[in-house]
Amino acid sequence: MNSSTLRTVTVLAGGISHERDVSLRSGRRVLDSLHANGLTAELRDPDASLLGHLAESRPDVVWPALHGASGEDGALRGLLEALDVPYVGSTASAARLAWDKPTAKELVRRAGVRTPRSITLSHDAFRELGAASVLAALTEEHPVPLVVKPARGGSAQGVTVVDDAGALPRAMVDAYTYCDDVLVEQKIVGTEVAVGVIDTGDGPLALPAVEIVPRHGVYGFEARYNAGETTFYTPARLDADATQAAARAAVVAHETLGLRHLSRVDLIVDAAGTAWFLEVNVLPGLTETSLVPMALDAAGYELGMVYAALAEKAVRDHAAE
Amino acid sequence: MTEQGTNLDPWYDSYAERTAGLSASEVRALFAVASRPEVVSLAGGMPFVSALPPELLSGSIDRVLSSNAAMALQYGSGQGTPAIREHIMQVMAMEGIRGSADDVVVTTGSQQALDLVTRLFVDPGDVVLAESPSYVGALGVFKAYQADVQHVAMDDDGLVPEALRETIARVRSRGGRIKFLYTIPNFHNPAGLTLTWARRVEILEICRSEGILVLEDNPYGLLSFDQPAPHAMRSIDDEGVIYLGSFSKTLAPGFRVGWALAPHAIREKLILANESATLAPNSFGQFVITEYLDQADWRGQIDTFRDLYRLRRDAMLSALGEYLPSLSWTKPDGGFFVWLSLPDELDSKAMLPRAVKELVAYTPGTAFFADGGGRQNIRLSFCYPTPESIRTGVARLATVVNGELDLLRTFSGAGLERRSSARQSVSTPPSNTV
Repeated sequence: MNSSTLRTVTVLAGGISHERDVSLRSGRRVLDSLHANGLTAELRDPDASLLGHLAESRPDVVWPALHGASGEDGALRGLLEALDVPYVGSTASAARLAWDKPTAKELVRRAGVRTPRSITLSHDAFRELGAASVLAALTEEHPVPLVVKPARGGSAQGVTVVDDAGALPRAMVDAYTYCDDVLVEQKIVGTEVAVGVIDTGDGPLALPAVEIVPRHGVYGFEARYNAGETTFYTPARLDADATQAAARAAVVAHETLGLRHLSRVDLIVDAAGTAWFLEVNVLPGLTETSLVPMALDAAGYELGMVYAALAEKAVRDHAAE
Repeated sequence: MTEQGTNLDPWYDSYAERTAGLSASEVRALFAVASRPEVVSLAGGMPFVSALPPELLSGSIDRVLSSNAAMALQYGSGQGTPAIREHIMQVMAMEGIRGSADDVVVTTGSQQALDLVTRLFVDPGDVVLAESPSYVGALGVFKAYQADVQHVAMDDDGLVPEALRETIARVRSRGGRIKFLYTIPNFHNPAGLTLTWARRVEILEICRSEGILVLEDNPYGLLSFDQPAPHAMRSIDDEGVIYLGSFSKTLAPGFRVGWALAPHAIREKLILANESATLAPNSFGQFVITEYLDQADWRGQIDTFRDLYRLRRDAMLSALGEYLPSLSWTKPDGGFFVWLSLPDELDSKAMLPRAVKELVAYTPGTAFFADGGGRQNIRLSFCYPTPESIRTGVARLATVVNGELDLLRTFSGAGLERRSSARQSVSTPPSNTV
């Protein structure tokens, strides 16, 4: 039964980013959940007709489920703001900060949350200074094991865990294929968790941490999107202090970056119980194998109701602006 | 949630071993962008069905529904209707094949015939010989039946007979059981090459003397550009060859109607296997195609397709010459595909994300090898995009190649390790890219 005041929701999914496939999966799941909750919702793959369509149809709210590029870098959100259309998720300016991993790390670090030591390097830096000397300086300051990842992007695309310095050049090349800036960070050994943060009107709330244990190696693309390839523990098998530390780190990251409605913070909790911030997603995956739906389910929420509540919150926030 | 955790698939440990590799992959996910209008897709092997006038088919469909609906909408024979099998004999006669319609088995596209033949012959560990490279859809079938695929080298004249002899000897010396040679002699997918007549004769002689069955897959044979392809291998040998044909490229793949022409003992088993798999091939499609072949100028329509694809082939070869003059590629005389060779240091699979950024899609060569090969190759399809789009796509591909070379040059003096070419699973692109 629909108890919502919303009439129409436009879910945006697809796009032309590397994460198009994941986005389509997320979008369809959001759409199904909204339908199950009695809302009228449509799915649109953004194209040249989108802005005209939104200006004309004036949906009550837009739900961007566009992972990667324009969906997360703030561009589309800025346009929705220009069109004066309410939308679910963080503002354009906040999304821009979170989308850039080095920027997000620095801001969250300044807010008192630990984050692995790192360095961000452009392809141009290697070109100008010579790869051999840059890599030598890098490994001097940041010994292996390291994690190499594109500075912007998601779904673990282009990410390599480097345990042997000899593999570092190849890891850099693979990351630069996705993005011209690459983040190299110290690998923290510990429990890998993801903490969803939702705010439907009562302030940011950390969902139960989801512990991630890939069956084979790292939590890469295949481990993320093939059911069965990863074992999840919700709540994570952490003691009470570590659980609280992870939740606190997630909420601090969410608030520090000025995020709203929904985010997912990826953390490593080390043996001492310290939560290390890795990155934040302003548009967390909402597919059948994604972590936020898992956490919502574990916390006893019904997905459709939460999604409808987030959509209503977006409308209220827009009205208050 | 329990202390045991969840892996989201309670049946994870129940799957058959042959399902290994049936999983979402990063490369497969990247193909999702190929459907976007901004992206020039040189990846898909989709026929340009828009060149098929709808009125050519609408009359056939109307006549089937008005005069034969009760049969066309019913289950049919596991072998296919007698009428379409007679027509198939006429189609195959264009490539020199003589035989009996009784030896034709209609299937759900020739892909299913491929599956049925493999099911009949291959036990886990049996060896299938295939060209190097080979059709990704065939490699997927062979993998599903746990075949050991051994590639055999090609050159500009197609499969190399001496390489075939050597491979047979090598496999047998280690006790391998060779079940058949899978070959695409005309306008090969993905290599674009055509096996010469002399080699057809020689390869059949080798297989006959070695007791090896030949599986001849010929979906593109009638789509020649400058001169007809040599007659089919099946035209030389009716006992040692199973021939696979299809209406997917000469009419439309949406009908999913293909066939196998097999020696009669094999044919009997194929019919039973077909019934076991699907009960019967698509009746409605068979009736419509029969009407079409009866009433329409289907030979003229094939000529229309040939003219269209010839122009697109020319556009691609010209664009490659203009934008990527330092690379090498095959020059197909028919079919859908050009096989591009990259500089040694490039990796077509690793380069795909950059291509997506530049709004061009291609199929990495790795899709066409069962042994980890193909990293230095790309399959480019010219069948679907317009000549203008092909030029745009190749220009973008040049940007991708140059960008990747620039990146690799940056790291070349820093101990960049070559990527391992260890045996890997077949990374199957989505079906609209095969």
